[in-house]
Parts: sequence; structure tokens; C-alpha cells
Amino acid sequence: MEKLTGTDRVKRGMAEMQKGGVIMDVVNAEQAKIAEEAGAVAVMALERVPSDIRAAGGVARMADPTIVEEVQNAVSIPVMAKARIGHIVEARVLEAMGVDYIDESEVLTPADEVYHLNKREFTVPFVCGARDLGEAARRIGEGASMIRTKGEPGTGNIVEAVRHMRMMQSQIKKVIGMSEDELMTEAKNLGAPYEILLEMKRSGKFPVVNFAAGGVATPADAALMMQLGADGVFVGSGIFKSDNPQKFARAIVEATTHYEDYALIAELSKNLGTAMKGIEIATLEKKDRMQDRGW
Amino acid sequence: MMNIGVLALQGAVREHVKALEAPDVNVIAVKKVEQLTDLDGLVLPGGESTTMRRLIDKYDFFEPIKQFIAEKKPMFGTCAGAILMADELEGYAEPHLAVINMKVERNAFGRQRESFEADLSVKGIGADVRGVFIRAPIIQKVGKEVDVLATLDGEIVAARQGPYLACSFHPELTDDRRMHQYFVDMVRDSLKK
Repeated sequence: MEKLTGTDRVKRGMAEMQKGGVIMDVVNAEQAKIAEEAGAVAVMALERVPSDIRAAGGVARMADPTIVEEVQNAVSIPVMAKARIGHIVEARVLEAMGVDYIDESEVLTPADEVYHLNKREFTVPFVCGARDLGEAARRIGEGASMIRTKGEPGTGNIVEAVRHMRMMQSQIKKVIGMSEDELMTEAKNLGAPYEILLEMKRSGKFPVVNFAAGGVATPADAALMMQLGADGVFVGSGIFKSDNPQKFARAIVEATTHYEDYALIAELSKNLGTAMKGIEIATLEKKDRMQDRGW
Repeated sequence: MMNIGVLALQGAVREHVKALEAPDVNVIAVKKVEQLTDLDGLVLPGGESTTMRRLIDKYDFFEPIKQFIAEKKPMFGTCAGAILMADELEGYAEPHLAVINMKVERNAFGRQRESFEADLSVKGIGADVRGVFIRAPIIQKVGKEVDVLATLDGEIVAARQGPYLACSFHPELTDDRRMHQYFVDMVRDSLKK
């Protein structure tokens, strides 16, 4: 029997299985186990969480393969890892290591200021960040199998993730409601590949799973993003920068599942300790905004 | 009218709901234990089995689902759902719901890069069923009361024991509704009895 690997269905389908779940950033085996135990659907193996990357400055690169391997050996849930935008070799290295999903991420310092990876050439699926439908559709055009809002990583401030999710949802609705003869001009205006918009229009939905990321710091933040139409959430610095990561991780998972059960979210939010401190976006200088990376 | 639930704690819920829709089927995304009461059949979707199990425990679904099974109401598990239904798991001391007499191995084909699709011959359905295998489990062995419905390179990938159906792959990710139709027929038959 012929087995076809790396098909769109297999790559996009992998993300479908993550829906309604939380993907957590971890930097070692111990954190990965806490995440799995709390009910995370996957972990993102990193050398440093975004808030530490932000604090450290300098060039942020793919994690040391030792860390990725350590996390892979610690858990049975899928393991994701980040490669720099356009860094073909980092992505190939992660693929060779058997990482389940690669995040071509603006959290790391871009390696290419013009081109993203041609993700269609890989067997491993990719997730990419986006702030609007044009950006999301360009990434899907390059072969991304999953999208996440960019938000503003490592800030613990949900406002940018909300902005991006609202923008995308309204643009998606608009495209689906358009007649086909309007699509080419809309594609031009959005900077989106026409074929992707046509696929959306005909199927009546965004073609891949769309998670929220970048600033989720509390269970209520996670539930908010689900209400705005996210299929699930990535939590970066929020969990392991909080006072009680175990409790925090569980609370975020449950709030994501039951995002409309407010009494439950109230219970989950009790005595969680201090969430990460957070940064007011207006105080971030333009050069420190990670969301502007990507083209 | 049949009421068929899809356990909606995590995973590919929407796809199953869509695949089950029919004029005589009322499909319910089950998020609360109370919703199990009126169901004639239940689907355990694909997703992450460890996450689903944690949420099953957290929201006290375990005993009510066991009760559902004790009443012999039809159940269909895909991928993670099949893992939950096995009564023996390779490498684990305890199974989850222990519905079907079968031993299942998680992630049996390897990591995501080894995920694949292939055509299968499924007994009672057809010789051309597209199987989408994503970090899929295999059924290593089954008891003699279990009917093997499909194999791939000698490994069991679909099985049925009375009112219980399980497969390693994801029929909800294709437009082919035959596996779901087969399950709906099982539910219909169970109501005639």
C-alpha cells in the first residue's frame, strides 16, 4: 500500500487535532512534563521564553538541539520548535530531529529580511504568525499548515493579539461574503494570493487552524481569545513566569476548554498568584516590536 | 431521530459534527456530563489523548462514560478516541476507558513527519477508503470477539466489537462519509433492539 507523507491533509490535519487546546512554551524537560500533566496539547521547546528573549536582547536563534531532544524525550505529546524567519538550515535541522511542527517565528531574529521559507518543500508542517488576512494568506501560500496571531510576544499584554484576531476574523467574514468577481481586487488590496481567497470563499471557512498567540497571561485572556474565534491558544512566557506554573497551566487549559463558563473561569482564577508583570505596548519602541518582523 | 454526541473537550470536534449531520441525526457537541443522558451514540474524536483524558477526569466524565458503555450504547473512537477505548496500552500500566478488547500502541508510525495517507480496504465499507494517519496508533492485537475491519501492511487499523467501533485514522478529515454512515447505522440498529 502506498503511503503519502507530507500531504496538505496530513500537515493541516495535525493542527486540526490540536484544536481547543493550549500549546505551551517550555525550556526544559521538567517544564515539558508540567505542561503535559496540565493537559497541554503540545509544547514549544525553546532556549528562552519570549520575555527573556526580549530582556536579553541580541540575536535570538533556534534552540540548542540538546534542549529540543530533552523535551522530545520527556513527553509523548507533540513537540514544536522555532526557526528564524527564512532560515532554511535551522528549519531543516529541526525537521531532521523529528520535531512535530516548526514555528517560523518572529520571536527569533529574522535570518532573511525579504523571503520566508518555502514551507511546501518540507515534510514537517509549519505554523506562522500573522496580523491580518493578507499576511496569513501569504504564509499559507508558502505552505504554512497552521496560523497564529502574532500579538506582541513576551509582553503579557493581550491587546495586540486581540487586535490581530479581530482584524483577521472580520476580513475572513468579508471575503466569504463577497462575490467571486470581487475577490481579485480584494486579493490585491490585502496582498493575499487570489487562490487562497478563492478557496476560503468556496469552502466558507479559513483553510487552516488559527490559534491565538502573543500576550496571553491569564485564564481569562485565553478564554477571551477563544471567544474572538481562535481555535486554541499558544501561551509563551505566561505560564512559567507566573508564581505557580502547575496551577496556572491547568487553569489556562480549563479556561480554554470552557471559555464560555464564566463561573468556572472565576473559580480557576482564584489565588493563582501574580501573573507575569507585563508591558504596556505604548512604551515599546518600534525596534522592540516583534510583530513587525515578517513580510 | 437519533441523538449522537461528539465528546467536545478537545480535538477535531467540528469535523465529526459535520460528518455526522443527516436528516435523522441530531448531533450534539458534548461539553457537559448532563448532555450524555439523552445520547444514543457517542464519538470520541481525534486530538491529544493525554489532554482528553485529563479533561475527562477533571470534569467527572469518566464514570458517566463507563455507565454509557455499560448500557451498550454505540461508541466510535478515531485515533486518540481509539486509544481511549483500548483495554490495554503498550507501555502504560493502565488503559483509559477499556471498551474494546484490544491492545493499542500510541504514535506507532513515528513522529509527525512519518504521518501519511493511504488507501484502505475496510470490511463492510469498501476497498477505497482514504485513511489519514496523523501520529497514529495501531491496534497490536485484538480478542477473538473483536472483528478486524481494516489492516495496513499487516497492522490492524480498524476494529469493531459489538456496538463499539475504533480506527487509527481520521475519517473526519476527508469528504468520504462512509465510516460515519456505518456508525450511524450501528446506532440505528441499536435502537431497534
